[in-house]
Amino acid sequence: MATSTEKSAYLRGLIDGAPFLIMAVPFAVVFGVVAADAGLQLGQTIGFSLLVIAGASQFASLQMMLEDASIVLVLAAGLAVNLRMAMYSAALVPHLGKAPIWQRAVVSYLNFDQSYMMSILEYERRPQMRVPDKVHYFLGVASLIAPVWVIATAVGALVGAQIPEAYALDFVVPIMFLAMVAPMLRSLAHVGAAFVSALLGLALAGLPSGMGLIVAAVCAMMVGAAIEVWMERRA
Amino acid sequence: MTYTNAEIWLIILILGVLTFVIRFSFLGLIGDRTLPPVVLRLLRYTPVAVLPAMVAPLAVWPDATGGAVDPVRLLAAAATLTVGVWRRDVIQAILAGGITFYTGLILTGQLG
Repeated sequence: MATSTEKSAYLRGLIDGAPFLIMAVPFAVVFGVVAADAGLQLGQTIGFSLLVIAGASQFASLQMMLEDASIVLVLAAGLAVNLRMAMYSAALVPHLGKAPIWQRAVVSYLNFDQSYMMSILEYERRPQMRVPDKVHYFLGVASLIAPVWVIATAVGALVGAQIPEAYALDFVVPIMFLAMVAPMLRSLAHVGAAFVSALLGLALAGLPSGMGLIVAAVCAMMVGAAIEVWMERRA
Repeated sequence: MTYTNAEIWLIILILGVLTFVIRFSFLGLIGDRTLPPVVLRLLRYTPVAVLPAMVAPLAVWPDATGGAVDPVRLLAAAATLTVGVWRRDVIQAILAGGITFYTGLILTGQLG
């Protein structure tokens, strides 16, 4: 039976996670629309959101599929965007490392930007929280967003199948990507990495689908890290 | 898109499993060991390193125009980026880009 503190931690998480629905719903609907438009079956589109639950990654791999890239490169693009989650996973160890393995598995499955960021904030705000409370808070944040993410994807897929070609959906994905990237440009290092990425993405566009992307991404990561080191030395 | 249904399912399954492995990496497998600073540094830049390289060719040489530069799409991309950087808000950026794009299409007679 859940104790009252566990329940209140879960409820707090639920409440803190609710505002993210404003962003999750349109994102998931648009993913469903674009996926259906690209020719994915309803089950496949839902499967994507159910198994991956990561907006940028789903859009990235879908875009590679639209370009008919090889399967390896489709996966590389989708996974590259998710590498940051290894960082999230590491940051949760001091807080949740003592929880039972199955709870850590559930938390890992539900570890996306919003659930991670809200939870870390809460753990820092309330350092006296017990491990079960921390787990319940995390699940509270995620348990609204995750199902809504999947349902909204399905709605988008059903709607998308009805939208005629004339509505120029081709530019929805670029707008989503740009909207995701822009708020990340917080420091000179981020701007530098993004700039190199875009420049090389253009310069290498002639390579087979996805190849240029990988080269551009690796170079841009190194530029971002190098600028960070350089800024630290100067400071 | 030219993948078979089985290939699409394969992509979804592998992506799902490997994404879980990334998420489970430290919390479930490696445990309490700190990452070398150089790895942390590189990981920090993965999203900003991947997404611009993907979007730049789509914005400059869109498929819909057969790869010809399209002022409407460039303007919509610029609006999305500008509002996103300025407001630090994904939804406002999408709205700015979407409104610019469809207004542009209507004004240039490409829609309707």
